Amino acid sequence: MGKSSPTLTPPVDSSKKRKQKFTKRDWAFYAMVIPAVLLFATFHTFPALQGIYYSFTNWNGISLEYDFVGFKNYIHLFKDKVVKDSYIFTFSFAIMATILVNVISLAVAIGLNAKIKGRNFFRAIYFLPNVLGVLIVGFIFNFFFTNILPTIGERLDIDFLTVNILGSEKYAWVGILLVVVWQACAFNIILYLAGLQTVPSDLYEASGLDGANHWQQFWKITFPMIAPFFTINMVLSMKNFLMVFDQIVAMTGGGPGHSTTSISLLIYKGGFQGGEFAFQSANAVIYFLLIMFVSIFQLKILQKREVDM
Amino acid sequence: MKQRTNWPVTILIILGSLIILFPLYMSFSIALKNPQELAKSALAFPTVFRWENFTRAIEATNFFNALKNSALITGATLILTILSNSLVAYAVARNMHKKFFKGLYFYFVSALFIPFPIIMLPIVKQTSALGLNNPGGLILLYVVYGMAINIFIYVGYIRSIPVELEEAAIIDGCNTWQVFWKVIFPLLMPINATIGILTCLWAWNDFLLPLIILNDSAHATLPLVQYVFQSEFGTDYNLAFASYLMALAPMVVVYLIAQKWIIGGVVKGSVK
Repeated sequence: MGKSSPTLTPPVDSSKKRKQKFTKRDWAFYAMVIPAVLLFATFHTFPALQGIYYSFTNWNGISLEYDFVGFKNYIHLFKDKVVKDSYIFTFSFAIMATILVNVISLAVAIGLNAKIKGRNFFRAIYFLPNVLGVLIVGFIFNFFFTNILPTIGERLDIDFLTVNILGSEKYAWVGILLVVVWQACAFNIILYLAGLQTVPSDLYEASGLDGANHWQQFWKITFPMIAPFFTINMVLSMKNFLMVFDQIVAMTGGGPGHSTTSISLLIYKGGFQGGEFAFQSANAVIYFLLIMFVSIFQLKILQKREVDM
Repeated sequence: MKQRTNWPVTILIILGSLIILFPLYMSFSIALKNPQELAKSALAFPTVFRWENFTRAIEATNFFNALKNSALITGATLILTILSNSLVAYAVARNMHKKFFKGLYFYFVSALFIPFPIIMLPIVKQTSALGLNNPGGLILLYVVYGMAINIFIYVGYIRSIPVELEEAAIIDGCNTWQVFWKVIFPLLMPINATIGILTCLWAWNDFLLPLIILNDSAHATLPLVQYVFQSEFGTDYNLAFASYLMALAPMVVVYLIAQKWIIGGVVKGSVK
């Protein structure tokens, strides 16, 4: 983030010479940004602050009156089983999805970067899921898990496949994980591919002469060279998967029970339909703090690794 | 040194691409059958193409109305985003040595870390109070929310454009606005393409924001219509899949036409 900003030395900046006063040029620059700032503050910052404000009240979202309750919502939050379950589900889901997506994407990207037939054609195919609407992809897979997979399971006599996994409290998350991985790999493959193309090929030739095998080449050359791409992908995918929503709406609606209710879905359902406006606002604040913490933590750890390698 | 084709890898890549294509094949196969044929086998290649599923889906979901809504919202978002966000980024990029503008830069970019759910509940109250719970409001929100990432990308790009070009234009008598529109904006075309693609994909496929903002079903976008009609589709899967495919088709067509651009654009947008 903001990597380019510390080097702000515009040596030939024209405003330097006539820094004396507010020039016409300065006015123009302010006029360019002020409307945008106002709109951003109105529709982004203000509602975010409002969310924090409501988290200290007992408002249900509809009634005309509400009271301040201090940290009561936050205290209830930590005692609420549904909330706790949604955090456990969301975080374990996001961690698994992040690992799976990154491992698969990197493997496919290496394959696509190898000397293969029709590379551009396959690159186009692997990216295709990224242009498809997440919700609709969820509906398509919903049918697959409900109707196709059980039939296949019956024919092949594989017992655990004969039931619809989306209807199982224990395994519904697997279905959602598969859809998310199927779709999210597209974007990550393309990024890794871009990263792999920055690795100079003579490095491989040199290490090949030294007798390094493919496995060693990957860990000693490829992986360190694409470390920045690894960082970006890990941080972005983790953040996206922590916000998982569309797929769950399309596939399980959060069920069975609340076994696949993600934090976003819980905030949506509880806040709009469950009369828990204030309570879910508190939930959203905690959620926000956690996401920020995770992103910064990841950036720190991964960037440190980049330097070490 | 010419390397030989790596066949084992090629075969693995082909197998992998079958996993990508399978759900799409399944969708076509279901959308082109009638219920009896579907009951026999969902995956067998359809013997007769039942195109009437598509005409039925068009009528049942009022497809063209939703298509119009999606196209209007995406198109307007695209144009307004490119025109406004690049202008703001220009002002920020050229004044990064001033505290105010540097602060603004971090103000916009830090919003990338704020998850939408914290805004979700209040913004619904706010838009309905302001009478913005309609496509116009939705477009406004897309343009405003897009600023966080777009300003980040634009500023990085604009700072790589030499200021000398602008100075020449100033000497020729252009004011700051003219400098932007005549000198800078044309130079931004590659990055405009990137931002445009990312914005289109986002606005077209987004589900959550239309779901909470739009309150008149006549304004529903394509993804929203699929959601709303889910219960009405019931077990008429042929109808449902025809409808899904039609909702996905426009972006796929755009992708097939502008494939190279889109992949390149997405990479540029994220690597910046």
